[in-house]
Amino acid sequence: MSRPEGIQLMEGNHACAWGAIDAGARFYAGYPITPSSEIAEVCARELPAYGGTYIQMEDEIGSMAAIVGASLSGKKSFTATSGPGFSLMQENLGVGIYQEVPCVVVNIQRVGPATGLATQPAQADVMQARWGTHGDHPIIVLCPATVQEMYDFTIRAFNLAERFRTPVILLSDQVVGQTYENISLPDPASLKLVTRKKPGVPPEEYLPYQPDENLVPPMAAYGDRHILHASSTCHCETGYSNFKYGTNRQLLTRLKDKIYNYLDEIIEVEHFGPVDADVTLVSFGSASRVCKYLVGEAEKEGIRVNLLRLITMWPFPDQEVQKALANTGACVVAEMNQGQVINEVNRVNTTNTPVHLASGIDGELIRPEIIMTSIREAVK
Amino acid sequence: MAVKLSYREYFKEEALPLMWCAGCGNGILLRAITDALADLEIPPHQVVVSTGIGCWGKADDYMKTHGFHGSHGRALAFGTGIKLGNPDLHVIALMGDGDALAIGGNHFIHAARRNIDITAIISNNFTYGMTGGQYSPTTPLSYKTTTSPIGVAEPAFDVCSLSEECGANYVARSTVYHVTQLKRFIAAAIQKKGFNVVEAINTCPTHFGRRNIPGDTVEMMNYVKEISISKSRYEKLDEEEKAKHLVTGELVNRDRPDFLSVYREINPAASETGRGEGK
Repeated sequence: MSRPEGIQLMEGNHACAWGAIDAGARFYAGYPITPSSEIAEVCARELPAYGGTYIQMEDEIGSMAAIVGASLSGKKSFTATSGPGFSLMQENLGVGIYQEVPCVVVNIQRVGPATGLATQPAQADVMQARWGTHGDHPIIVLCPATVQEMYDFTIRAFNLAERFRTPVILLSDQVVGQTYENISLPDPASLKLVTRKKPGVPPEEYLPYQPDENLVPPMAAYGDRHILHASSTCHCETGYSNFKYGTNRQLLTRLKDKIYNYLDEIIEVEHFGPVDADVTLVSFGSASRVCKYLVGEAEKEGIRVNLLRLITMWPFPDQEVQKALANTGACVVAEMNQGQVINEVNRVNTTNTPVHLASGIDGELIRPEIIMTSIREAVK
Repeated sequence: MAVKLSYREYFKEEALPLMWCAGCGNGILLRAITDALADLEIPPHQVVVSTGIGCWGKADDYMKTHGFHGSHGRALAFGTGIKLGNPDLHVIALMGDGDALAIGGNHFIHAARRNIDITAIISNNFTYGMTGGQYSPTTPLSYKTTTSPIGVAEPAFDVCSLSEECGANYVARSTVYHVTQLKRFIAAAIQKKGFNVVEAINTCPTHFGRRNIPGDTVEMMNYVKEISISKSRYEKLDEEEKAKHLVTGELVNRDRPDFLSVYREINPAASETGRGEGK
């Protein structure tokens, strides 16, 4: 099949796969799991024609390992999975973060824990995406809500991964991944793609973990004359193990600062509805689509509602949420879990704005009445 | 005639002294690998060593080639991505017995089944040395370790039989006593396409030897020498004697096509360079 062009009716997962290919991904490793497998299927079919490789690994542990390895060999790499597979990927996601390996992990969330309501939608991996791998670490997580965004945000995820030399998670869900809707595919030549910075020094002077002024070290690939030593053990600028006092502090601080010093390049939110509102909804992904519908519905009941949609979930948009809370009467956090984002909202709630939860944990797109009940509650 | 390369092109001398215990054979194994690379005259930048976790998993810190040190048991999974990301590379996975066959067992059998072009060098010291001498999947039945104080109740894996059964192209076993043979097998494995396994029987006087082999580190080395036997001599032994020995030598040498060759045959569009631009 040749690349689809222009306006297309497309599934979210297919849009994600094409976004990756258009972003320059040439390696996919994965393990089948519903509701994400279509991403693997498109890659298996299409990657060879782009000089790329698809491999089906023995599990998600191996899949995450393989994309880290291929990225170090110079290929833009990614994988896709859902809840149980995302759990297995946590181990080597940490390796990728610590070794500063650009790659993209797509999680099409389903109900957990364990096998849960396989394979129905949920948004309950928000905290796992943040803290799933052990140890202190930063992470970048984007939440698409439409098929168009499955394409656009996949490209953005690759660009952020390459810019910051770090794994990026595309945190989607079953509704967004398996919905068909119209999208507009741009001319691939018109896309602004970011590629990791290569070393600017001769091989004998190259230190693989010596950062540039933006705190990101230029990256050689395996096979280059610039020798690349990538270690999951605490390492100094040479990349080799280093257990001296201070080395880990220096490394962890830089890993955090290289991302948190550049939040303006990462944080993205959407404001929807009237500027002044009685109630501000905070939501993301598929649940935010229900919220958009309710802005109009609440108006009919005489309640002015707007929406703050979190596009970047991590790092958390502290300032944007804080500002929204300061400018509203009450807040309803609508999420398809028992309350994960609400804790972050409360963390930045310096104005003591009343915050309510609308929780959808029924294995389907959150019903409008669940959120509407919370809205009415909030204006009582 | 060109100047012969030295192991020093591959070995990071400034990292000396080695972190391994006195009497451990990992240093001998490392020398055999770096000597083999020098004999084959493979430029260091065309080699990636992928290590796991454990005593032998520290080996990358002593190498001047490209290096990768990942998570416990996953050296082959990372190595698979490294190889497919740049098929021109020589990928050498360095794993211990617990690393390769317990936590990494699933990756091991599938790497062999796929026949991915990676050389796996397993340092088998029959125990988890780094964590204090617990029993591993290769600890012989009834031998003592810290977690089998009376004797281990599980039969051991035969690394080479497992490799053969799963589809490896080249399988050889040697020991850190038989240095010349060990180097020869490693060189053969690196040169051959496909999944190739060299099992190096190693000495662990600190943990394994202390509890099972009477005597000092020299006796531990003698033990390794004495349990090694050629296939022809092994076959003449009775069952009781067989259980006390391990066959050394080249055990498998065949030419199944490797994963990438088959993948490219089935997907002709997948280019050699990986620089295709699609349709």
